[in-house]
Amino acid sequence: MVAGVLGLALVVALWEGYKQFGPESGWVIGEARILPRATDLAMPHVWEMVTRLLEPETSASTSSPLWLVILQAALVSLGIACVGLLVGTVVGLALALAMDRFQVAEHGLLPWIVLSQTVPLIAFAPMVKSWGSNIAIGAWEWPAWMSVAVIASYLAFFPVAVGALRGLQSPTVEQRELFRTYDAGYWPTLRKVKLPAAVPYLLSSLRLAAAAAVVGTVVAEGSIAYLDGIGRKLIGYGGQASGDPAKAWAPIFGAAVLGLLAAGVVWLVGVALRRYRRGEAT
Amino acid sequence: MIDDGKATVTSDSPSTTPTSESGDEPATPAVSLAGVTKQFASKQGQVQALADIDLSVAPGEFVSLIGPSGCGKSTLMRLVADLETPSAGTVQVFGKTATRARKDQDYGIAFQQSGLLAWRTVADNIAVPLELHKVSRRRRQERVAELAALVGLEEFTGHYPDQLSGGMQQRVAIARALAEQPRLLLMDEPFGALDEMTRERLQTELSRLVRKTGAAVVFVTHSIPEAVFLSERVVVMSPRPGRITRIVPTGLGPDVVRDEVLRESERFYELVTEVREALHARPGAGS
Amino acid sequence: MTLSPSRLLAPLVVGLLGLALWALVVDVLGIGTFFLPGPGEVVTALGESWEPIRAAFWVTAVNSLWGLAVGAVLGVALAGVAATTRLFDGMLGPLVAILAVVPIVAIAPLLYTMLGTDQETPRRIIGGIAAFVPVFINTLRGLRQTTPLQRDLMRTYAAGPVQRFRTVTLPVAIPYTLTGLRLAGSLAVISALVAEYFGGVNNGLGSAIKNAATSNHARAFAYVGGAIVLGLLVFAITAALERLAHRAYGQHLDHRRKR
Repeated sequence: MVAGVLGLALVVALWEGYKQFGPESGWVIGEARILPRATDLAMPHVWEMVTRLLEPETSASTSSPLWLVILQAALVSLGIACVGLLVGTVVGLALALAMDRFQVAEHGLLPWIVLSQTVPLIAFAPMVKSWGSNIAIGAWEWPAWMSVAVIASYLAFFPVAVGALRGLQSPTVEQRELFRTYDAGYWPTLRKVKLPAAVPYLLSSLRLAAAAAVVGTVVAEGSIAYLDGIGRKLIGYGGQASGDPAKAWAPIFGAAVLGLLAAGVVWLVGVALRRYRRGEAT
Repeated sequence: MIDDGKATVTSDSPSTTPTSESGDEPATPAVSLAGVTKQFASKQGQVQALADIDLSVAPGEFVSLIGPSGCGKSTLMRLVADLETPSAGTVQVFGKTATRARKDQDYGIAFQQSGLLAWRTVADNIAVPLELHKVSRRRRQERVAELAALVGLEEFTGHYPDQLSGGMQQRVAIARALAEQPRLLLMDEPFGALDEMTRERLQTELSRLVRKTGAAVVFVTHSIPEAVFLSERVVVMSPRPGRITRIVPTGLGPDVVRDEVLRESERFYELVTEVREALHARPGAGS
Repeated sequence: MTLSPSRLLAPLVVGLLGLALWALVVDVLGIGTFFLPGPGEVVTALGESWEPIRAAFWVTAVNSLWGLAVGAVLGVALAGVAATTRLFDGMLGPLVAILAVVPIVAIAPLLYTMLGTDQETPRRIIGGIAAFVPVFINTLRGLRQTTPLQRDLMRTYAAGPVQRFRTVTLPVAIPYTLTGLRLAGSLAVISALVAEYFGGVNNGLGSAIKNAATSNHARAFAYVGGAIVLGLLVFAITAALERLAHRAYGQHLDHRRKR
């Protein structure tokens, strides 16, 4: 714990140290700049970043403090990421169950599932948004945030599918044969052996899936220009960085908080399922 | 054993007919294998795991299968359990097919690894077969308490498997195997992963339990003293292809007390020697 | 892994079915043709834009590989330090844990400001950080896998620390590192690509997709094809390296059990 704070202090020290002693135009090798310019414009002081958070977001008189705006945006994004995580988990789990039940399904689907992760989601963001805007059931219209959630779930389902499959296949030979001698069918075996045994694997994939859902949310929000989320703010404030450099760091902290909160959600799930985590390897 | 005029078992003949303890007709054998052959496909081609096995186990009889690796003893037990199907021949359990017997839950089984579910307590682990077969909760709790007492784990019912020693875990597995009062127990080297002292203790306990429940037992083992100590007949097998070399009757029926005195007796040592010689003998070398 | 006919045929069948479904939905039923071009259109666009796609492919590939290489080297090096120095491990642990859950691409816009919008470095840095995390975590785990038995054995041989490292620690850790590398490969590619999205020169696959996404979807999909090829190539190479390492040093590790 103390060492963790020390680590953070080391990072801050490196940042400020570079600002103090680093070259004005950064470290340039040929055409490429490897290290940034050590100016106040490119690299605001750490304390400047902190104080900027306490100031109002914009120069408008009704503007709320920056930290509040960021926090609200982060919470909105958290909600969307959680929806994406939930959908991705359900889909991933369903795929894992199918692949465990039918080896043919595993052979046929798993390569494509692995391949799906090489497809950059930004290609689909406008597509999903436009499809969504065409969907209307009665008075209800597809909201923009759902497009973001769909993309987040696309990134989240892969680790869950792979991890849950491994978990469902983790019971020992003895355990599976024991249940065969009990003449227990597929569903009782699933409920009593496979699913509980899969919990530790599922949890570790949920951690990966949560991080992936957050990335998907942030990038999709930026791509669709979803104003309430933190993704759009990253791009927006980043664009204003030449005028207000410390402000551009605020959504980055917000995104970090978002990631940590999402990890916290998974931690809570882990606590709820702790009964099935006995004998989990650390 | 009562001589009812039918072929009796002597130390010379590898006879396999069951004898009943009372009455004139032979009782339905607990296990009956006739002409059983089993082949596996492997990278090296077809492996003949078992060739032409004939064996009968009487109700309430304790029979051990012993032999070197690859002799097919585990395969034989698994055929009885309906975990494998024979390539040829018939396997009958209490007069039914092995599949029928499995569906009717006529046997209980224990492996070398206890296969306990880590997230369930001792009590819940013992209860697994009872849950699966829809036994009422009250009856389940009663039965689990009986079984825990039977194997001496009454004080540990709330513990989890990772809190138990290997010997205790196997006791849970045995309690679980006895949950539905089966008339047949199938055991595949259940004490193989334990130390010698725990082994001997559990052998004594197993004998007591079996005597109490009157179940027939097919017990696979690597250990000669274990086979002799526990069984009425020791079936010696040899590999390539798997077959029965000899059957050594021990004369140690259910009425014989299993204790340290028995382990030290001269008759015990003689039997161990007999089995050892049978293991070293070439198949077909006869008596 | 045995090569059964099912293992080869099943994915092919699924792929062909998917392709047929795609063609059916778009070309035959005509649903959503504006944002979802048919397979035929994509192939045409591929043919038309072959040269630009190739050029963009190389830009993104070079960025990804730079990120992968630097991130992996740093990951191994820092894991080595963390494995030996308790203090450093305590300092680095929480930082890496935070990096693992935080969206790294979030710093992309800022990196362009700090380093310059004409630079490739921001993309490499993001790819590098993305690659660093799994390599660090897996290497650290691998370095800690020597059993007490092995350590005792080395002690009875009076083996020095370097010998111990070469004989036991390193061979045990190598499979873990290469697993980390496999995970890092795809991450580096995707991260470098997505980083293009947030700024910088319009020369890579990511920026091309962004530009084409709203206007010419068939072309966007053609670039996506390039991204898939890049991802698969990196995956194939890193997965093959991982398999080699497991065969050479990882016999004791858990391999998939029989069904």
